[in-house]
Amino acid sequence: MKLEMKDAPGQLVAALKPISDVGGNIIAVIHQRDPGSDSDTLSVQIVLELPKGKLGDLVTILKEQGVHIQRIGEERLLYRRTVILIGHLMHTDLSDTVERIDSTGFAEVSQLSMSMPAINERSSSRLTIKSVTKDDMEKAISILRSVASEKDLLLIEPLEEIV
Amino acid sequence: MKVAIIGMGSVGRGVAEMIAQKRLGITVTGIADSKGGRIDPDGIDLFGVLEKKQKTGSCGNKKISASDVVRKADYDALVEVTPTNASTGEPGLGYIRQAIGRKKHVVTSNKGPIALAYKDLTERAKKNGVALRHEATVGGAIPVFHTIEHGLAGNEILAIFGVLNGTCNFILTRMADEGLTYEQALLEAREMGYAEADPTYDVQGIDAAIKLVILANTIWGNGVTLNDVNRTGIELLTPDALHLAEEEDCTIRLIAEAIPKKGLLRVSPRIIEKNHPLVVEGTLNAITIETDMAKAITLIGKGAGSVETASAVIGDLLYIRDRYVECA
Repeated sequence: MKLEMKDAPGQLVAALKPISDVGGNIIAVIHQRDPGSDSDTLSVQIVLELPKGKLGDLVTILKEQGVHIQRIGEERLLYRRTVILIGHLMHTDLSDTVERIDSTGFAEVSQLSMSMPAINERSSSRLTIKSVTKDDMEKAISILRSVASEKDLLLIEPLEEIV
Repeated sequence: MKVAIIGMGSVGRGVAEMIAQKRLGITVTGIADSKGGRIDPDGIDLFGVLEKKQKTGSCGNKKISASDVVRKADYDALVEVTPTNASTGEPGLGYIRQAIGRKKHVVTSNKGPIALAYKDLTERAKKNGVALRHEATVGGAIPVFHTIEHGLAGNEILAIFGVLNGTCNFILTRMADEGLTYEQALLEAREMGYAEADPTYDVQGIDAAIKLVILANTIWGNGVTLNDVNRTGIELLTPDALHLAEEEDCTIRLIAEAIPKKGLLRVSPRIIEKNHPLVVEGTLNAITIETDMAKAITLIGKGAGSVETASAVIGDLLYIRDRYVECA
């Protein structure tokens, strides 16, 4: 996000503090003084990670602090996981399978590779799923598990060793 | 130390051979298979027994049963290596109970009794002041329980991940390396003697799940059973799926995992990076133990085989001798 604030001592700290207050994580702060601009405001670009749904809170707090938000960039999907599905993928409506993930709004299928042997034989496909947070990824995988079980597909998940 | 050996299959023969060859200070005073047995308080000639078993298919006298040996022979530890029955645990379970009842130590490679009655058996053993050890039940030659109990003493075990079935690992290795179909790889496994005529127990992940239950009960004492394991086998895997994994520098392996904090107990084919330590070739087994202090430790070794499994049984026997018998 790109912020604009008064160029006075303590202002930058005042703008950054709320980010940690809402549980966010600052990845980068880019602070470039534009020589041509008038000198009483300061523009700062911040790249940050926020827990799901906390963006609204942050915007409210920043406004209260008198910080002007010039622009909020796109939310980027940070988590990526690859799974393989085996079964009658076309007969069980592959686009619906993908849509079940895409329609969540918090995760999406970003890549799909598929092999299709003879008709009536089981096909295999590799799906890469992206999500904003790890929790969202867990939810997306759990949706995929129930879709796989409902459509009688074999879902092969990656081994995650985070305990 | 005096021992009695019940069961003269692959493991029993391996144990007898190694005791005969290696001067381990172990005397066998009783031996039996399903057809008959021998008792000799002065020590049985094991080379003679092995030869007789090979020639006649039986190791002793028809009038002396395995149960007679368990109940009457004079021994410090019973080596119970009869075939696994996953639903009743018998006849091994009965022999183990009888031996513990006589205040004898027990070493077993039999998964059935340990998976079905671990809590009951360990309580009986504790009450009677004897040891019950079962290193050979999981991972063949791999000393996983010794590692956890001694090498990792004081650690909290957070999770276990394992490749616990050599047959499945062989099939998956062949499918990945040669592009074989599941059916072709299974056929090859049978020809090589790695798969039974009825491979259900292996390929549906039941064998791996039983070993996972044994690991979980031994490590956490959580009383889980085979029914608590979320289980998927490898029968429906396609060479295409392995190829798709390969494109991402990954492969597919049947992984058993237990993470008590997440309530997770699962055996399933998983996508795993090819350079991961659990990715072993052919019939090898591998077990990763995650702990609070040591972090991850992976053990790799032969998951089956006569002498390999005998190594685990003999390791248990010598542990019992050093810990209990000599100072008694």
